[in-house]
Amino acid sequence: MDLSLHTHKMHLNLGPSHPTMHGTLRVLLTLDGETIVDANPEIGYLHRCFEKESEDHTYTQIFPYTDRLNYLSALMNNVGYAMAVEKLLGLQIPPRCQYIRVIISELSRIMDHLVCIGTNLVDLGALTNFWYFFNVRETMTNWVERLCGARLTNTYVRVGGLAKDLPAGSDKELRSCLKELNKAVKDVTGLLKKNRIFMDRTQNVGVISAEDAINWGFTGPCLRACGVDYDVRKAAPYYDYDRFSWDVPVGVVGDCYDRLFVRFEEMVQSTRIIEQALDKLPDGPIEVANNQVVLPPKHEVYNSIEGLIRHFELIMFGIKVEPGEVYSYTEAANGELGFYIVSDGSGKPYRIKVRPPCFAIYQAFPELIKGQMIADAVAILGTLNVVAGELDR
Amino acid sequence: MELIIAAIKAIVIVALILQLIPVLIWFERKGSAYIQDRRGPNRAQILGIRLGGMIHNLADVVKLFCKQDIIPTKASRIIYVVAPMIAIFVASATVGVVPFAEPLHLGGLTIPMQVADLNIGILYILGIGSLGVYGVMLGGWSSNNSYSLLGTLRASAQMVSYEIAMGLALIGLFLVTGTVRITEIVSQQTGFHWYAFTQPIAFVLFLTSLFAETNRNPFDLAEGESELVAGFHTEYSSMKFALFFMAEYAHIAVGSLIVSLLFFGGWNLPGLDFDWIRVYPEAALSMGLPALAVGAIAFGLFLCSKFRRHKYNDARDYEVLIFGVPHVLIGFLMIGATLLLHGTTLPTWVGPVLVAALQMGVVLAKTLFFCAFFIWVRWTLPRFRYDQLMDLGWKGMIPVALFNIVITSAWLVFVH
Repeated sequence: MDLSLHTHKMHLNLGPSHPTMHGTLRVLLTLDGETIVDANPEIGYLHRCFEKESEDHTYTQIFPYTDRLNYLSALMNNVGYAMAVEKLLGLQIPPRCQYIRVIISELSRIMDHLVCIGTNLVDLGALTNFWYFFNVRETMTNWVERLCGARLTNTYVRVGGLAKDLPAGSDKELRSCLKELNKAVKDVTGLLKKNRIFMDRTQNVGVISAEDAINWGFTGPCLRACGVDYDVRKAAPYYDYDRFSWDVPVGVVGDCYDRLFVRFEEMVQSTRIIEQALDKLPDGPIEVANNQVVLPPKHEVYNSIEGLIRHFELIMFGIKVEPGEVYSYTEAANGELGFYIVSDGSGKPYRIKVRPPCFAIYQAFPELIKGQMIADAVAILGTLNVVAGELDR
Repeated sequence: MELIIAAIKAIVIVALILQLIPVLIWFERKGSAYIQDRRGPNRAQILGIRLGGMIHNLADVVKLFCKQDIIPTKASRIIYVVAPMIAIFVASATVGVVPFAEPLHLGGLTIPMQVADLNIGILYILGIGSLGVYGVMLGGWSSNNSYSLLGTLRASAQMVSYEIAMGLALIGLFLVTGTVRITEIVSQQTGFHWYAFTQPIAFVLFLTSLFAETNRNPFDLAEGESELVAGFHTEYSSMKFALFFMAEYAHIAVGSLIVSLLFFGGWNLPGLDFDWIRVYPEAALSMGLPALAVGAIAFGLFLCSKFRRHKYNDARDYEVLIFGVPHVLIGFLMIGATLLLHGTTLPTWVGPVLVAALQMGVVLAKTLFFCAFFIWVRWTLPRFRYDQLMDLGWKGMIPVALFNIVITSAWLVFVH
């Protein structure tokens, strides 16, 4: 007699309408009890045709679209895109502009990590830490609002410069933000670092070896958590990153715990960079002196025919870029954010391809969660920090 | 006569537990807000009265009553409807054997301050408490939803395994008390001879398994909102959802009540001599009332000092006065009463009633302390994973509970 119970595998549609999937990700899980046997992710719930839309917009008009890639650190996408166009144009931006771009990049890296860690902890059930981080993020967002008028989708950077200079009193305000950040990081690490439940939930969960991580195309904190010392800011420095003194935090095991604590440490290192950049912030113009790229000042537009024509042409036909192609990459919050631009000599790009860090990282997600439990899948997804805006574009 | 008293007691005590639910929800919201550097609810108002956010509960009740009550077409209708009823019934029936004070002697009449003084006391609580899993299990299973099913699986496994740890922890306590009747256990804990200090292991184990029994963080796997959406009550809406919600808080209230009775001395408070108060209520009142009066007046004046005429420019401006002025008046009334008391003898029933009221106050204060502890833990710790929870239950708590039994028995045999 066959005494074994009849069992069959259960299918569970994790998302898109699920608290952890944020309405944008969907994974079809095959479950054996609580254990995940197979995972089948489907992307595209937040697809907004960024690349196709870009082909029909001037180089300047694309900035608002880049905000919506990784909407948690919009300023950094602006910088990455502007750098690609400037590389194509062969522009050298003035030092003050470079330093401001470093400051806003590092600030948005901090803001991104605050959300990533905060929401991940919510998924693990530790809700309070989320508010400790969001209170700090709020002070930073307030500064960003003073900087460019928008809180989330900033559109602050322009080709060849910035929309405007730093607001008055930025130095003091940023330093007090960083002080608060230090306190929040101390609070949260105090609650978690030696917490048995937290350690059990994250240590040796979602482990990926350095070799596998490189093969999957991991970059950023997720790669560094595996022990690979690769950071675009060190490997291919841009904007004087090599002149600041800072360290690249590296993990050992490559599990969720390491990924989280690499992010904690990166926030501290970003604080160091911002403080040095504020100390050394040079005076001078924030835009290149090239009237083929930058809008003429208002008094020229109103008082001279040349200025008016220049303004009209830049607005209507866009910045003329010589035919060619370029790949430019920066270290965004999640890893290497690359822009590949092909120009046909008109004011609009012929083709733009984004290399979002999440896309490569999310590929490994099904492999990482196979054999784990549902609770682990949630924890792993959070530490990979998959931002659907960037994933689906 | 006895029947009437029993009926009144049954209604009053169940009502008391149900009344604790909105207080606990308010505790949870305000407590979590202050833990998280927020303000918490402070908007809902009736004629300007907000009661520090308490009115939000009223708004919630109205909302939940008005919501559409959805029963999924594929749900098993009868079980689906019965499940939340089981949950709330179990949570409020547990309180039946819980005493709130010593038996009250009035004339020739003895009124136990509980619905039923069973000689199997705690066994009844464990028995009824273990029925609680049916509410969760049937609710999740009848919803016919994958998330609910997973939540149900987790809940039943968790509750069954933690009940064993809970029972074993209590055996250590029973060895010392020699009885399972709650009134006797409480009367053994005079002064600071609380069982939390003489049976610390049993206390910690019981408290931990109570967290698991009530499905609260870090053991809220059955709901596990980030993993299972809402776990076993994913499909529930309107008042059916509210019943599950109320059952959780009623569970916390009853659980805290039991912890404070079994391990924290119940109505015993060092420094309070109830026998003395029973004999000399005049002396006790003339000492207690002025202290209360000073407190009430100070609090009332503090509230009144917060009054700003144009803060909101509506009825809310006067809220502090509405609460502050009566406090001051009551304070002065108390002082007047103290003066009147001087030299008079009160009727004989005052002493016992005063003692019963005091004892209930002490029990409720301890209960609220543990409720606050539940809330504090919830907003501090992350959630366990299912297998880790099982490990903790079977490989951690049950062996420790057994060890505690061995140690306690050895101590009783060889030392005591």
